[in-house]
Amino acid sequence: MTQAEIKLCSLLLQEHFGEIVEKIGVHLIRTGSQPLRVIAHDTGTSLDQHNLVIYQVHKRGVVEYEAQCSQVLRMLRYPRYIYTTKTLYSDTGELIVEELLLNGKLTMSAVVKKVADRLTETMEDGKTIDYAEVSNTFVRLADTHFVQRCPLVPNTENSDPGPPPPAPTLVVNEKDMYLVPKLSLIGKGKRRRSSDEDTAGEPKAKRPKHTTDNKEPVPDDGIYWQVNLDRFHQHFRDQAIVSAVANRMDQFTFQTQTSSEIVRTMLRMSEITTPSSAPFTQPLSSNEIFRSLPIGYNISKQVLDQYLTLLADDPLEFVGKSGDSGGGMYVINLHKALASLATATLESVIQERFGSRCARIFRLVLQKKHLEQKQVEDFAMIPAKEAKDMLYKMLSENFISLQEIPKTPDHAPSRTFYLYTVNILSAARMLLHRCYKSIANLIERRQFETKENKRLLEKSQRVEAIIASMQATGAEEAQLQEIEEMITAPERQQLETLKRNVNKLDASEIQVDETIFLLESYIESTMKRQ
Amino acid sequence: MAGNKGRGRAAYTFNIEAVGFSKGEKLPDVVLKPPPIFPDTDYKPVPLKTGEEEDYMLALKQELRETMKRMPYFMETPEEKQDIERYSKRYMKGYKEDWIPDWRRLPREMMPRIKCKKAGPKPKKAKETGKGSSLTQTADVLKKIEELEKRGDGEKSDEENEEKEGSKEKNKEGDDDDGDEAAEQEEYDEEEQEEENDYINSYFEDGDDFGVDSDDNMDEATY
Repeated sequence: MTQAEIKLCSLLLQEHFGEIVEKIGVHLIRTGSQPLRVIAHDTGTSLDQHNLVIYQVHKRGVVEYEAQCSQVLRMLRYPRYIYTTKTLYSDTGELIVEELLLNGKLTMSAVVKKVADRLTETMEDGKTIDYAEVSNTFVRLADTHFVQRCPLVPNTENSDPGPPPPAPTLVVNEKDMYLVPKLSLIGKGKRRRSSDEDTAGEPKAKRPKHTTDNKEPVPDDGIYWQVNLDRFHQHFRDQAIVSAVANRMDQFTFQTQTSSEIVRTMLRMSEITTPSSAPFTQPLSSNEIFRSLPIGYNISKQVLDQYLTLLADDPLEFVGKSGDSGGGMYVINLHKALASLATATLESVIQERFGSRCARIFRLVLQKKHLEQKQVEDFAMIPAKEAKDMLYKMLSENFISLQEIPKTPDHAPSRTFYLYTVNILSAARMLLHRCYKSIANLIERRQFETKENKRLLEKSQRVEAIIASMQATGAEEAQLQEIEEMITAPERQQLETLKRNVNKLDASEIQVDETIFLLESYIESTMKRQ
Repeated sequence: MAGNKGRGRAAYTFNIEAVGFSKGEKLPDVVLKPPPIFPDTDYKPVPLKTGEEEDYMLALKQELRETMKRMPYFMETPEEKQDIERYSKRYMKGYKEDWIPDWRRLPREMMPRIKCKKAGPKPKKAKETGKGSSLTQTADVLKKIEELEKRGDGEKSDEENEEKEGSKEKNKEGDDDDGDEAAEQEEYDEEEQEEENDYINSYFEDGDDFGVDSDDNMDEATY
């Protein structure tokens, strides 16, 4: 793990889980697997709950723990996951995913209960959400693989002759990963208010005990569910590809977004059939695509064929033709698509940092693979001094690298060719590293700003609490005014500025994370091919 | 060799023209200090994306942060003593949920050990969760030896010592009403029960052995 990643993980852990967990996590990340005696146990359980730590039984019977750094970095992306679920499955789905993300692993009945309660609270008085609705959404999520089962403890019916192993070896049952247990969850969401019919008159303290009415073990005990992050990543990747196609092809067509619709249909058809790390999807025949187009699109078969041919001939090579049976078999080149997206990211970074001339040089070198300095000047039609300057700037930032080709065996510099080239993989890695650093900086700055104004924030919180309580007990307008004036105008302005800054920093974090996602997917896909 | 213009004379080994400096031109200064921390950039960054989607995600992110703080997984550091006890602190205390991990899925050694308060026969709570680990009682030296034999591995004492040093506060809260719920519950939730008063439960319990141990080492100190 690079230094930047470690720093980022430590910041994230600290924000979400507190300092103790952070120290443990960082220690684990730095030193790899560790036996328990170096770590305090409480925090270990909390990390494991969230799938951040895996353990394995070592040979000597000592359990070792390993921290999954990549999982920690995913935490940055939680809002995106939740928002996506909201667009796909509306509020119920969104709340389910949110509960699962907050709690790591949960049994299905627990999830359903919590979500129903939350939904009920936000609805008007008198209405309650039936558990069935929530379970339906849960089942749909499981069917499309957005949530999956956690690895299970194997059942040992017979008592072990020797002492049980120090740690259960979790077994992943591939077939059952998305099997929803048959539960008959009858019930309605409960409101957390004292005027509930069931528990009328009872003091609030007894409430938690009451909601667990049934003391018998829940039927799906031990079956835990977690969010399937890979599936979400697949979805994001599909979205990115579709929008790329839309940007490229659909500006010039009369019908709105036809080609992107076609690509989206193809991707949807191969969602479950293709594993997420495959370089390209399964071949789909044009007849199948025609049948699966959404109903609103009434384009004729010939037009569809034309579009497909157009897509296949595009130099970006997102879609490729792999055969002629069935009216033409088409595949989507996932790996190439990711590579183009990563390259586009690199290009735009260079453009924003160094200017459009530099971007032109970069694209030139990318296209021609290897170029000498003189050739760069000629092809790019940029005066020599400027071209040199830009090349060296990019070289110093490691976007471009040099390739030496010696003419003589003694590698004398005066007799060696120096060619400029772009290695996309290493440039992408470098950019990714930079992104991690920038997010770490953003988080730190945000924490710094909040800490600076802590006193002010606390004061405003107190004032709000006072106002709220006074409003609840019915106070006059004048009194409220008085309390509000406790915060003076310059203080109010300071608060406004602080809020604006924090929002900006937060939004930047989210958007840098999008870039991180693209780059990470590209690097992962390239590594898998090798 | 060609290119050697003479001994002692400075000469570049490569064609200086290729790099961009004409012959005899003044070379740029050598850099003697690290680059500035916040350099001026020629091109300012592009403004952030704004829109409904981004706003929603922003709100989600901030809410998530707040909610995480209230989750039982957020372990707070025990706060240092404050000089003045503030009145408002009482009203700003959050509400934390209880959480019991599922011990079947986790390694045995993760289960925390508690200090038992009774000096008498300590009920050996055979809390057979799926892994069959049992709670250990650490207040008594004899019991320690007994269980060391039972577990059969030497790492126990290390962990206990470490535990004692590291998490004294947690143990304070871990003391419980022993006899009450021993047999019934399968899950390990004794930590959640606390005594009403502030005293450490094990402080006065070691009736018989308390004086015995201490007298051995206190030969010189009696005045």
